[in-house]
Amino acid sequence: MCLAIPAKVIEVDKGVGKVDFGGVLRTVRLDLLEDVKSGDYVLVHVGFAIEKLDEEEAIECFKIWGAYGDTRA
Amino acid sequence: MEIHELKNRINDPRVIENLLKAIRKLSDRIGPVRIMHVCGTHEHEIVRFGLRSLLPQEVEIISGPGCPVCVTPKRDIDRAIFLADRCIITTYGDMYRVPSNSGSFEAATSEGNDIRVVYSITDALDIAANEDKEVIHFGIGFETTSPASAAVLIDQPRNFSILSVHRLIPPALSFLLSPGEAKVDALLNPGHVSTIIGTEVYEDISKKFRIPQVVTGFEPADILLGIYMVMKQINEGRCEVENGYKRAIKREGNRKAQKILKEVFYIKDAEWRGFPEILDSGYGIRDKYEEWDALKKFEDELGDFVYEDQGEKGCRCGEVLRGLIKPEECGLFREVCSPSNPVGACMVSSEGACNIAFKFG
Ligand code: SF4
Repeated sequence: MCLAIPAKVIEVDKGVGKVDFGGVLRTVRLDLLEDVKSGDYVLVHVGFAIEKLDEEEAIECFKIWGAYGDTRA
Repeated sequence: MEIHELKNRINDPRVIENLLKAIRKLSDRIGPVRIMHVCGTHEHEIVRFGLRSLLPQEVEIISGPGCPVCVTPKRDIDRAIFLADRCIITTYGDMYRVPSNSGSFEAATSEGNDIRVVYSITDALDIAANEDKEVIHFGIGFETTSPASAAVLIDQPRNFSILSVHRLIPPALSFLLSPGEAKVDALLNPGHVSTIIGTEVYEDISKKFRIPQVVTGFEPADILLGIYMVMKQINEGRCEVENGYKRAIKREGNRKAQKILKEVFYIKDAEWRGFPEILDSGYGIRDKYEEWDALKKFEDELGDFVYEDQGEKGCRCGEVLRGLIKPEECGLFREVCSPSNPVGACMVSSEGACNIAFKFG
């Protein structure tokens, strides 16, 4: 029920956004967020974007665990 | 980067293996631990990816009351069914088949009532805009879902009201940690609830109950990271709130959503299925929005609503939700109670612990 799916914002028009869930496009409400821009990643829950996603942060967080780029690991 | 690339990167086999190694090492040091999560999506992903089987035996992950459908009291379902002969009721999918005293939404529909499943509350608004009949949306869900309900009431829609059964997670955590409940050494806090409420709200709980908490995301690597982080706290004797899902969560949470919640809802004591009433754990609709509060709008009609609890018929959902037993310990599990013939709510919802144990067990 609290499942929220990441999506990429394609278009923003007055509190409503068109987002891309890996190929599936849907309209979502953006009332709950400030300054959403196209290109942003958001988490979508019951038709509302509930938070932005910071992909840099994700990569940073797991970098030390995966030793990314280190082919010997 | 596309979403699926990000997922692959996070769940890189090296990440998983290194996290598991670190968990094993900590487990050797600290011995048996019981870690509770309170999110149906966590349970679903843990079982789907078989994470329990990858963990050392001493690390026990128990499932708490993280399924909003499962904790919704039968009384509230019955109340909505009571109003169904004069309105259209809309509800989120999992709720449709959950048994109550007077049947279920599904049974009430087969008796001729108009009860419709919606994906979003905005679908319910569309129905209200196109129908003459009143629409009552059955508003279930935790802090993740409640802001959507609040946001639509601010627009003052026509023909529409909400029966709010929304619940808050932190008061339930305090209840679960009180004496007499399941013994828990650490908590994995729900990632998506926390996008809204942040991590700060859990800090008093860590202080009061001396318990480590980590707000945890939903990829397999996220869940293992959460487990690692709480075990590290246990090893170091710390009882803090840490954020293991920084890509989505800020300490202060989503301020705008919080403001919208506060505008529309007040906090009240509330019943949870399987629990006694929990202090300050429910959202009621403020007087300012009473025109959209089904309880007020249909106050006269509801004067005739009587509810008599008919007990649980051997269903042990309450204990499952409180982490006191595993689904398999219920005598009705599988033989009598199954997803096609559910006795309790935990077997209906795709996030109910019984349903998940049945499907993947
Ligand atoms: S198996 Fe069925 S009857 Fe037993 S606790 Fe779960 S839902 Fe209730």
